[in-house]
Amino acid sequence: MIQQVVILGGGTAGTLTANRLQRETGGQTAITVVDRDNDHWYQPGLLFVPFGRARPGKIVRSRAQQLRPEIGYRQSPVEHVDVAGRRVHLENGAVLPYDVLVIATGAALLPGETDGLAEAMAQGKAFTFYEPAGAAALRDALAAFDGGRITVNVVDMPIKCPVAPIEFSLLADWYFRRRGIRDRVELTLVTPLDGAFTRPVASRELGGLLQAKGIGLVTEFNTGEVDADGRRLVSFDGREVGFDLAVVVPVHGGQAYVGRSPGLGDALGFVPADERTLQSKASPDIFVIGDAADLRSSKAGSVAHFEGEVLVRNIRSFLAGKPLAESYDGHANCFIESGFGKALLIDFNYDTEPLPGRFPGRAGLPLLKESRLNHLGKLGFQQFYWHVLLPGRDMPGLAAAMPRAGKHFPATADAGTVLTGSPRDE
Amino acid sequence: MSTKVYAGTEVTVNDDGFFADARQWREEMAPEIAREAGIGTLTPQHWQVVKFMRHEYAEKGTGPSVRALSKTSGVSVKELYQLFPKGPAKLAAKIAGIPKPRGCI
Repeated sequence: MIQQVVILGGGTAGTLTANRLQRETGGQTAITVVDRDNDHWYQPGLLFVPFGRARPGKIVRSRAQQLRPEIGYRQSPVEHVDVAGRRVHLENGAVLPYDVLVIATGAALLPGETDGLAEAMAQGKAFTFYEPAGAAALRDALAAFDGGRITVNVVDMPIKCPVAPIEFSLLADWYFRRRGIRDRVELTLVTPLDGAFTRPVASRELGGLLQAKGIGLVTEFNTGEVDADGRRLVSFDGREVGFDLAVVVPVHGGQAYVGRSPGLGDALGFVPADERTLQSKASPDIFVIGDAADLRSSKAGSVAHFEGEVLVRNIRSFLAGKPLAESYDGHANCFIESGFGKALLIDFNYDTEPLPGRFPGRAGLPLLKESRLNHLGKLGFQQFYWHVLLPGRDMPGLAAAMPRAGKHFPATADAGTVLTGSPRDE
Repeated sequence: MSTKVYAGTEVTVNDDGFFADARQWREEMAPEIAREAGIGTLTPQHWQVVKFMRHEYAEKGTGPSVRALSKTSGVSVKELYQLFPKGPAKLAAKIAGIPKPRGCI
């Protein structure tokens, strides 16, 4: 019997899952992908739009065309998931029954969660580069900016690509140096974290890089209000940081349909799942991949990529009535563009924080260190994204599990043991 | 890891002062932990949040983030900051005797 697999979301996670699953189970499954539009954005490219280094039209393609021809594509927003009835109701009235459902609808930006942010964005005082129109508007605002305070603010965690605000700050430094007016621009990164990044070694390195470039860092700042008229951010505990132009990463949540689907999501609309098998906690026939999940792994394309291999194996096991592999290790891998044609690379998982060394082995790219090679890697990644990652192909030397060879582990820690203690101590 | 004495009982805490084992916590310890953290009196609203933190931890194995805490408990984020200045999620977790909420990596 043909088994019905419905995949909600035709972004990075949904597309690579659909293609890999179709290739491995073609003939036994009928796969349908659902998304509300047909614009598949290469999201890492959005970072470059404000600096005129990527054109929006060059980083978007058809969602449907990234799928293998055997895969069905439905274009409609999701109304809700009937978890008990194993059916998805679409806003266009269609009802899709499923044997397995994959939630891959990513994270939504919620500027309305922060007092004054939507108004400040409407008035052209605050911008976000996390969506295409915002990134293009910010490009024009930066081009017209000839001095003053630019404040980059992460309102709350979790966010997609936690390194992007650091990259934005570093690229802004480079941008204004090239324009010859860096001395007239005060750059500050304002974050709710207690350092530049979530984990200690990388946080120290990246914090040092910001300092070396004269970029201010304000930590443990939980933004309660964006005051457009007063041109200041106000934290819940009453601290203030001024700005002439604010670059804000709004609060993230799950998509609205999750909230309309009883039993599916948590208070923020993310979908709780087992962090090793990716099976949802709502029901055994529902799996979650990518930014839509309530996992402590980073919300990043590389995470969706590494999860994809485990997810497809587990969907096949589930359909065959076999036990699931508990093998997703939280692996993430991110290039960090630092300007001047250089970039850093970090590679980490649930248990091992980003460490210096080389990736994926001793002769690989330098980790946690600026290099020209990493910058070329980041540039080349776009072709790799469309032609290798989305088709869900295996890559020699790049497996789902985090490689340990090439990394410099601290002397106190045994290779092979957990470095950072229990996750809850983080 | 080290030990502390609250309400006459020795408990194990980690380097940041969070309970290593939530089962060692008793209600009468909460006011002492709160005082150490600069909260003189625990009002009924503080208790509502503290009990909610215990409940969430028992259900999910980790304390909620401030935003999730607000959405589920019905106490606004602003009020949470008034009740537990400098970080409601961490402070309420400490007073409730549960481990530090795990953030994302």
